[in-house]
Amino acid sequence: MSDIAINVEGLSKQYRIGERESYKALRDVISDAASAPFRRLRSVFGNGSATNGNGHEIRNSQSEIRNSFWALDDVSFEVKRGEVVGIIGRNGAGKSTLLKILSRITKPTKGHATIHGRVGSLLEVGTGFHPELTGRENIYLNAAILGMRKAEVARKFDEIVAFAEVDKFIDTPVKRYSSGMYVRLAFAVAAHMDTEILLVDEVLAVGDARFQRKCFDKMHDVGEQGRTVIFISHSMPSVMRLCPRTILMDNGRVLRDDLSYRVVNAYLGSGLGTSTAREWVNLTKAPGNDIARLSAVRVRGEDGEILDAADIRKPIGVEIEYEVLKEGHVLVPNLHFYNEEGVCLFISIDLNESWRQTPRTAGRHLSTAWIPGNLFAEGTVFVGVALSTINPTTVHFFERDAVAFQVIDSVEGDSARGDWAEHLPGVVRPMFRWTEDFYQEDVSSRVQFSSSDEKDSVARQKVSSSKLEESPTTV
Amino acid sequence: MTAISNQSEIGLPTFSIDPPNSWTAIGFRELWDYRELLYFLIWRDVKVRYKQTALGAAWAVIQPVFMMLVFSLFFGRLGKIPSDGIPYPVFTFCALLPWQLFAHAVAESSNSLVSNQNLITKVYFPRLVVPISAVLGGLVDFAIAFVLLVVMMRYYGIVPSWAIITLPAFLLLAIMTALGVGLWLSALNVQYRDVRYTINFLIQFWLFATPVAYPSSLVPERWRALYGLNPMAGVVEGFRWALLGKTDPPGAMLWVSVAVVILLLVGGLYYFRRMEQQFADVV
Repeated sequence: MSDIAINVEGLSKQYRIGERESYKALRDVISDAASAPFRRLRSVFGNGSATNGNGHEIRNSQSEIRNSFWALDDVSFEVKRGEVVGIIGRNGAGKSTLLKILSRITKPTKGHATIHGRVGSLLEVGTGFHPELTGRENIYLNAAILGMRKAEVARKFDEIVAFAEVDKFIDTPVKRYSSGMYVRLAFAVAAHMDTEILLVDEVLAVGDARFQRKCFDKMHDVGEQGRTVIFISHSMPSVMRLCPRTILMDNGRVLRDDLSYRVVNAYLGSGLGTSTAREWVNLTKAPGNDIARLSAVRVRGEDGEILDAADIRKPIGVEIEYEVLKEGHVLVPNLHFYNEEGVCLFISIDLNESWRQTPRTAGRHLSTAWIPGNLFAEGTVFVGVALSTINPTTVHFFERDAVAFQVIDSVEGDSARGDWAEHLPGVVRPMFRWTEDFYQEDVSSRVQFSSSDEKDSVARQKVSSSKLEESPTTV
Repeated sequence: MTAISNQSEIGLPTFSIDPPNSWTAIGFRELWDYRELLYFLIWRDVKVRYKQTALGAAWAVIQPVFMMLVFSLFFGRLGKIPSDGIPYPVFTFCALLPWQLFAHAVAESSNSLVSNQNLITKVYFPRLVVPISAVLGGLVDFAIAFVLLVVMMRYYGIVPSWAIITLPAFLLLAIMTALGVGLWLSALNVQYRDVRYTINFLIQFWLFATPVAYPSSLVPERWRALYGLNPMAGVVEGFRWALLGKTDPPGAMLWVSVAVVILLLVGGLYYFRRMEQQFADVV
């Protein structure tokens, strides 16, 4: 069984609600202990007596049951050496609890797991960074916390600094770093761990888009090196690209464990995942800053109905609803479209004249981009929603994968695929106008008059057609 | 954690993850594997301790020096407390050194798990590293203050006898005492934050139960061994004997102290190991 890296059998973890937030005060324990005799009395005399103490006790034991829940419930799976496995699921599905148990931060309540190989876990970037210490000092400290040897860090030091792009500030205390530099340095240290097994919890979403790409590529390399990786992510495109296999979790259980594209499709189809309409009810927790906050994103059809799946031939409207909290800023909504592989298909910027050069007034704004039919390829399209100010460049919010929709081609002959019913590659699938020319000529004469100066003498009959249905599909 | 680090057939360590159990080995081997982390945590604490202070490392001596002055004035001069024939300032400063080390170590280690909760909830490492590093971090301050003690001893013309070679043993005893107490309190503090409020009171009370401002010879002979139940009594009298040489070697009292420390430390280690399985969930 030496090719197994991680073996998980019936792993379960019970939490009491609120256990993570509050600690016990000694007086609670003392009062518990003081009431314990009453509890025993009650069990002896049955629950007939209705004294105050007893009533209190009954309430307590009931709330005990109500207040505990299983964050993980009988989870079993196996990961082979060198496998890269994604874990997806809603918030609170148990993904992070699973990773915490596998990285030995906490213990399971039931079940068992065996891990073959050294484990590096990356649940957060910059764990243990100290603001007063310099970049150099923090690299060594953070690396020691992550379990790397000093000699190993010394060897990789230049590589880490180069990756983080902080060479000039390496001897500056990190409290003077910009937040971008801080996370770059933190990720760089973690990215250079070389344990056989790596457990990663959604840490790729750090830094600017360019650095995110760099992190992503680094993660990709890690997978290629034959190391075992478990990767939690909310970004379906990342999961699809990094992990051949994905586990879908919900309510602490494994719902599906299969090839990534199947699991991701099931997830998106089940309504558990990113949907075509999302609302942020609590504005204080919505993406944004004190100038503007995102309140909803919806994908609509021509008729204004919210779509589940989009017909490849029909226009789609992506509606951004946001609350402008502070007026006086020119705000430019923009949409970023990605396919399942995380390839950016295109970015669309609001060019509507009404607010283009005009500072927005406070209040609720709705901006809708209309994407024509016959542009997307089939599959899942993920939409990143952003609100920016161009001068000076500020991003008020950028919600990656805010919504996602399926683009479906029913192959009725009037879409860009024509009569071709099989796999059709390409990141977009626009429908173009084709023109046709036809020359009726004698085949034997074509051999005879092959020189160009004789061409004009050939009798020709021109047939033109712009009807697409008649155009041959050349695939 | 029952991380049985046995080597599997291809030379990779194998870890076994199981539900909590009540008795867990101390795991000295794993602790040794993480010695670099221990070093870096001590280094971090020392490095950060006097950052952005005007007086810097001088704080390491200011506190014991002021306590010495206050004790010399009120207990030595006004209270006429005997000092076994030693000049009172040296007599009390010699005791204040291990006392400060102990007091600082207990306070720091008791809060160490709570103040490092960001580490505990995000990364795995043997949790014992945290209170141990907090205790050992005080040694730097101790070393600085020790230099001052040497200066004072020269000023008063005190030459230590051969007994000075036993000093490291008493220093070790002080560290073990602090660690023993620190392990219990830090593990308790994770569950019951009441500990945080108790520590100041506890240390003040403990100071007066320890012969820092007065000699243990004030305690009647027949109670002396019982007095040793406070392990810091043994440590402080040991320091005086080893450095100043005028007092009698601590006898039965010291052995009682040693026994108490061993019990405290071993109990603390097992209690800590047992409780650490829930730290990440509770802290």
